[in-house]
Amino acid sequence: MSRARADEEEYWHSSKFRAFTFDDEDDELSQLKESKRAVNSLRDIVDDDDDDDLERVSWSGEPVGSISWSIKETSSSSTSSLEGRDSSLQKGSSSYAAFPKQVSSYSLSSLFKGEVPHTQYGQMALSDVGVKNYAPELRRPKAEYKDYSNDWSPKDTVRRMQRGKVCSLERFRSLQDKLVLLDEAVAGHDGNVITAVLIFLKRTLRREILFRELEVRQVALCHLIHFLKETGEQKLLLDLLRLGFFSLSLQLSQYREHLNIQDVEKRREFLKGCIGLPFSAEDTSHMQDHYTLLERQIIIEANDRHLEMAGQSEIFRKYPRKASILNMPLVTTLFYSCFYHYTEAEGTFSSPANLKKTFKIPDKQYVLTALAARAKLRAWDDVDALFTTKNWLGYTKKKAPIGFHRVVEILQRNNAPVQVLQEYVRLVEDVETRLNLATKYKCHDVVIETYRDLKDRIQLIAYKCKVERGSAEEEKINSILNNVVRN
Amino acid sequence: MAAHLSSGRVNLTALREAGRRELREFLDKCAGPKAIVWDEYLTGPFGLIAQYSLLKEHEVEKMFTLKPGRLPQADVKNIIFFVRPKLELMDIITDNVLREERGRSPQRDFHILFVPRRSLLCEQWLKEQGVLGSFIHREQYSLDLIPFDGDLLSMESESAFKECYLESDQTSLYHAAKGLMTLQALYGTIPQIFGKGECARHVANMMIRMKREFPGSQNSIFPVFDTLLLLDRNVDLLTPLATQLTYEGLIDEIYGIQNTYVKLPPEKFAPKKQGEKEGGKDLPTEPKKLQLNSAEELYAEIRDKNFNAVGSVLSKKAKIISAAFEERHHAKTVGEIKQFVSQLPHMQAARSSLANHTSIAELIKDITTSEDFFDNLTVEQEFMSGIDTDKVNNYIEDCIAQKHPLIKILRLVCLQSVCNSGLKQKVLDHYKREIIQTYGYEHILTLNNLEKAGLLKPQTSGRNNYPTIRKTLRLWMDDVNEQNPNDISYVYSGYAPLSVRLAQLLARPGWRSIEEVLKMLPGPHFEERQQLPTGLQKKRQHGENRVTLVFFLGGVTYAEIAALRFLSQMEDGGTEYVIATTKLINGTTWIKSLMEKLEPAPF
Repeated sequence: MSRARADEEEYWHSSKFRAFTFDDEDDELSQLKESKRAVNSLRDIVDDDDDDDLERVSWSGEPVGSISWSIKETSSSSTSSLEGRDSSLQKGSSSYAAFPKQVSSYSLSSLFKGEVPHTQYGQMALSDVGVKNYAPELRRPKAEYKDYSNDWSPKDTVRRMQRGKVCSLERFRSLQDKLVLLDEAVAGHDGNVITAVLIFLKRTLRREILFRELEVRQVALCHLIHFLKETGEQKLLLDLLRLGFFSLSLQLSQYREHLNIQDVEKRREFLKGCIGLPFSAEDTSHMQDHYTLLERQIIIEANDRHLEMAGQSEIFRKYPRKASILNMPLVTTLFYSCFYHYTEAEGTFSSPANLKKTFKIPDKQYVLTALAARAKLRAWDDVDALFTTKNWLGYTKKKAPIGFHRVVEILQRNNAPVQVLQEYVRLVEDVETRLNLATKYKCHDVVIETYRDLKDRIQLIAYKCKVERGSAEEEKINSILNNVVRN
Repeated sequence: MAAHLSSGRVNLTALREAGRRELREFLDKCAGPKAIVWDEYLTGPFGLIAQYSLLKEHEVEKMFTLKPGRLPQADVKNIIFFVRPKLELMDIITDNVLREERGRSPQRDFHILFVPRRSLLCEQWLKEQGVLGSFIHREQYSLDLIPFDGDLLSMESESAFKECYLESDQTSLYHAAKGLMTLQALYGTIPQIFGKGECARHVANMMIRMKREFPGSQNSIFPVFDTLLLLDRNVDLLTPLATQLTYEGLIDEIYGIQNTYVKLPPEKFAPKKQGEKEGGKDLPTEPKKLQLNSAEELYAEIRDKNFNAVGSVLSKKAKIISAAFEERHHAKTVGEIKQFVSQLPHMQAARSSLANHTSIAELIKDITTSEDFFDNLTVEQEFMSGIDTDKVNNYIEDCIAQKHPLIKILRLVCLQSVCNSGLKQKVLDHYKREIIQTYGYEHILTLNNLEKAGLLKPQTSGRNNYPTIRKTLRLWMDDVNEQNPNDISYVYSGYAPLSVRLAQLLARPGWRSIEEVLKMLPGPHFEERQQLPTGLQKKRQHGENRVTLVFFLGGVTYAEIAALRFLSQMEDGGTEYVIATTKLINGTTWIKSLMEKLEPAPF
């Protein structure tokens, strides 16, 4: 132990304020120690104690499965640490690869490039000079030796707090002093200290004054909000909100609260309250929708649970609900509605048409969702109706806002039979896509017809070997081929 | 031991050693047998500093994970809590302590070790709960920069980006500055500091102030680092959003690397014993856990390659190893046999390493050859090269309709927004609407966070700067060589990470050449010099490379690390890089850290 160090320790241990400073480990000192340790580390580098466990180390403690230390560090050397420990200073023959054995120069910088024999470490550790040279800037400045004092400037106070020392803030009495202290803390960027100062201000300042000052100190404000959120002081948080001069994200944090409310009725009430808060126009409309959706879901849920329990409705008997519809996203709700309430008139809340209208769901999204729901039920007529439009002369026409190739994919995912599938494959406009899909899903008729229309004899002949021998498809190909020959 | 830490230009073992020493000292303060109760998040980072054997030597007999309720039975005098300073953890500790004090007769000594710092707030909280007095030692363990590899340091501070950019909480920057001071104490004052971005400016200011607060002292260690480059993550929001295409990057994208470990599906790693029929035995169900660092020779060689170049290396290695094993047939004399046998352990290690990486490469290939991976990558590359960034993208719409994972959608939408200097209001509204209607209204919160971080925004200026930035910094290279790269753009198969381009241009020819573009990127750029006493000025040997420490504030991806390593290895590069960061990230973990934590849906 060096003399300076011993003095230091004695000093700190005899300090009358030791009881509430518990600060023998304050930053500079600990960093000094740390660097000294590094200097001293020869011993440890030599007897690296991980190495005696060539086997995997297993936990002796019980339920530590999640802790993952058991995997041995990869190490190729085979230092035997135990015997090395005491004699390592003299030995100098460790197998630590980065440190060559031969003794050479004293260059300090090379130390960290692994060029110096580790014996240097030991020697340096023993001399105070070594330590000073080693990391002098981590030594504590003279000022720090001063005893606990009552007239620290705000700056000193903040610096002390950054080192984890407890300081009394009570002597900052005037508003002016308090604000200087806060600004000093903010300038230090240490959230720990900023929060501590804020707690002090919160305790000693009137709310209106605190809020007023924080309004022009956004960083401090963020810290206070974070603190209030963590400690669950909703009331103060709401007070801040009501004043209404804070950024949007803060108001959203109020909206966020709804996630912590389990009871749906209360959640609905809470959302209703949110609508009144000063959000941006866009967010307000989303929040309004959120509220309306939950309101609907509560009605639908009550109704459907009743229906399901009564066992009268066939659809619920055949496809029992997997979960409640409460708190589901809009598209999921629409799917649910298309699944269980497809035929209902637009007037009922649970009908797909009503949802579409209320939430201004775009055609594309509506068709996709309805298609998926009806295909899942294998209601092919409904699927057909989705894409059938009548013009004013009464002619029917097939139209899909999402493109028929997407329709085919969705149908295919729901295991639609080939007959259904090929009807839509046929409607795919792009010839190449049509051929690809038709080939992929084995819609032979479509493939054959497309090749026929393309007058592609070669492909047609090639395709013949892909259909079953003696099947209707083969016959069809043959007849086309013969036709062409005859013409 | 940690030989891989000393393999680089800067020997990082010293840093690790300092950490171990501090840990030992703390443990010895609590005399007698002890049990450690772990904040689970800390076990990973601590594993890089010390193993269980170190703790065992200092009388740590039991270890538990921190959870509410009664502490498990343990016949020890001391109970030590290793925790991050978080209030919710303080509640758990309070619960533990109160139950313990009410219950058993032999009184325990409680201690608490805060990592990385003691928190007044937490202690106040414990005081309010009436348990603060129960703790004998309350200390801090400043685990600021943890050595991950010979050229890589991380603070593993998960929420640093979110705190800095969303919550205006710069505590993590304060820790970064502290970590840099420790580094300077060990490796000498860094004479030159460059930086770009608000956070970089803050960190540089704090470093300079911390130095000033110790007047009259001079660090007399020869500086190991010539230059420090501080980069804000928000200077380059684009890079992490793109899918990394290096081997290590893909492992991280697909399986997630945590504190150098990866967990993989076990099927491919089932040990096949001789004479056993395949599939006859039950497959292992536990995920296979592997450590990935440069201590493994093969991994060090392939980790930074483009994945398309990994296969050929692996097959070449396979041939070499089987040839080496064939040697045994030629060993005739006793001497030859002896020599062969002495090489066996090394050969066997090489063989098992090869087997592991072949399996991992197979797993990755299954994914990279899938249709969806290809479609996703195509869209990413279109955006990055500036194609169709100003309209609603069909693929993204399809993905939403099929309810692909939300994070995937957000990554793509944000990428499009960044590559277009913001989206047209109509396009942005469309995406937002589709997302909240499909995934739930509560995601307004997440979208709002992304907007605040600048990842998603309306195009305000009406001007798209990205093409200028792309062209000036040559971010998109059409003729990319994945096998034998000649430019950093190989790590994303065409896209050269902006952050690394900035580092490259700083080294040569200097930032003065790109002033215009630097002005388009957010935050100030600056240069500072730290005075060195005469005699410590480095006299560089002819041909000796400079060493630059690049510190990514807000996270760095493995692909960016690979690109910097590529620059280190360039023959006429002249600069070697050491990388430090607040957290190792990829697009998914990054976006996740910005999302509001929402209750999982019931189905």
